[in-house]
Amino acid sequence: MWRSCLRLRGGGRHLLNCPRGGLTASRGPGPKPPAHARAYAPPAERKRFYRNVSITQGEAGFEINLDHRKLRTPQAKLFTVPSEALAVAVATEWDSQQDTIKTYTMHLTTLCNTSLDNPTQRDKDQLIWAAAKFLDTDTVCCRVEEPETLVELQRNEWDPVIGWAERRYGVKIGSSTSIMGPSIPARTREVLVSHLASYNMWALQGIEFVVSQLKSMVLTLGLIDLHLTVEQAVLLSRLEEAFQIQKWGNVEWAHDYELRDLRARTAAGALFVQLCSESSAVKHKLLQG
Amino acid sequence: MAALGSPLRTWRGLLRELRYLNAATGRPYRHTPAYRYLVKAFRAHRVTSEKLCRAQHELHFQAATYLCLLRSIREHVALHQEFHGKGERSVEESAGLVGLKLPQQPGGKGWEP
Repeated sequence: MWRSCLRLRGGGRHLLNCPRGGLTASRGPGPKPPAHARAYAPPAERKRFYRNVSITQGEAGFEINLDHRKLRTPQAKLFTVPSEALAVAVATEWDSQQDTIKTYTMHLTTLCNTSLDNPTQRDKDQLIWAAAKFLDTDTVCCRVEEPETLVELQRNEWDPVIGWAERRYGVKIGSSTSIMGPSIPARTREVLVSHLASYNMWALQGIEFVVSQLKSMVLTLGLIDLHLTVEQAVLLSRLEEAFQIQKWGNVEWAHDYELRDLRARTAAGALFVQLCSESSAVKHKLLQG
Repeated sequence: MAALGSPLRTWRGLLRELRYLNAATGRPYRHTPAYRYLVKAFRAHRVTSEKLCRAQHELHFQAATYLCLLRSIREHVALHQEFHGKGERSVEESAGLVGLKLPQQPGGKGWEP
């Protein structure tokens, strides 16, 4: 039970970005519950206080209006996004809240808040370094030695992805069974770091988020290069877990719960990266013949 | 390895998810900004030749990602409600589980104010 509560509140990301001012300020040094009352109820969530969600275009980008109030980030900055599709998606997230506001389901809003506020105050190089750090312990590069079926499964599923990444970027990645993890040549690291540097700050936040969810740089590259779908990437990331589930059985309230959560976060991160790094230009083709 | 499926399937899935999202608020989903944007995007990218069109593939990929997002959030919330949403049992309920009942003390317990 406590594990699911921890997962509810998510990692530091949610704690940093949830607008908690309203909750904690009012519940602060209130009347203490009597010492023998043991019932624990989760803290009351904010009720939905708005009726309509609409999008307007300001000078810095698109803004979200809840009724007539403008949406703000947890650090009280004005919430502006550069892309209309992203604004529509965020507005849909806010609109889909019923009765209570469940901030743990609003992944795109959280990512936008992180990009706007930058609460950990990292610059571009630090973000790239944080993402590239996962390369040393990349999931698809660390193999087991036994059982034999799992070794074969890893080889059949993960080798094609590594091969694709090696061909696409012209680097050597390889895999290893040693406890030290794969040895990534310095040139590979340079090439991938310079590739990541071509994305803007917002897209990098998304990339770092996806890498930390999937625990793999290679799978993230496959995702943002449109080589893998979200379901495929999540399955590859959880390959061993899927193998064990197939052998020992599925526990719905744990396995399915975590799978849906991982899929939601990865999809949100991937969508965020795509929407922040695309530049759509409508080119009208001349009809010929 | 891009097993995206057909755009029609993604489109139908997106409509279904939008319908679920808007079922609680009485508003029909056709009036939501999400629906309007998706219709515009799908229509705009349909009028291209059928050769290897990268923009079409990108749009389909984004739509499939968004569909995955909406679907997983809905299923996650449903699983949470079913398995993890109930909080802790009260003392009366816990006692009732093993067939005991809490004592009634009309005079109040000694330490209560």
